[in-house]
Amino acid sequence: MIELLYFANLRETLGSGGETLESTPATVADLLAHLRARGEPWEAVLAGKVLVAVNQEMALPDTALGDGDEVGLFPPVTGG
Amino acid sequence: MIHVRVQPEAFDLGVEMQELCQDSTAIGAVASFVGLVRDNNRVDEQASGVATMTLEHYPGMTEKALQRIAEQAAERWQLQAVRVIHRVGELQPGDPIVLVLTASPHRHDAFDACQYIMDILKTEAPFWKKERLSDGGERWVDSRDSDSRAAGRWEDDGF
Repeated sequence: MIELLYFANLRETLGSGGETLESTPATVADLLAHLRARGEPWEAVLAGKVLVAVNQEMALPDTALGDGDEVGLFPPVTGG
Repeated sequence: MIHVRVQPEAFDLGVEMQELCQDSTAIGAVASFVGLVRDNNRVDEQASGVATMTLEHYPGMTEKALQRIAEQAAERWQLQAVRVIHRVGELQPGDPIVLVLTASPHRHDAFDACQYIMDILKTEAPFWKKERLSDGGERWVDSRDSDSRAAGRWEDDGF
């Protein structure tokens, strides 16, 4: 099980701030493939640049996921 | 010596500077940066300007990211205190949005560390800006390649 959190335009496009995923994909790349396979609006969301944080640290496609992880998905940041 | 805050309220540069300097009389220099909400959209007086700017963030991760950026600066330069305050929520053009203070015995360390913290914050701290225009439209602000280049230049420099 992993906890997904969506921010900014992802949250708006998906109409949700997040969800609990009952399965635990092995890696970030596997998670994104799983989400993309849902079709729209995920295909459109993932066609843009999406950053992924695992347990609040920036992650890469090969970053491993574990049971209970918090995974944030969001666009490139624009603070400051 | 590192103090980071994320808050909707305005900050007072004078108060923050005073608190920062209370820590040590060995401080010789304090560099400060204050970022303001800019009306990006205003190209001429006829154009539809930015009415409000809403700042969203990732609670928890944001504070960790700001803390880590400040720690990286403190490893790289001789710093006695660092203070980073970033506002969230709804802001107006002209409102202060971010404050960075760096204290050092030497001015060059204070200047460089202040600039480094802002450059890295712009590309790594999870904040997102949404503009609401005076004509009623709204849009998420796009990230800028120039910000990535500004952050990247610190990597070529012995880091």
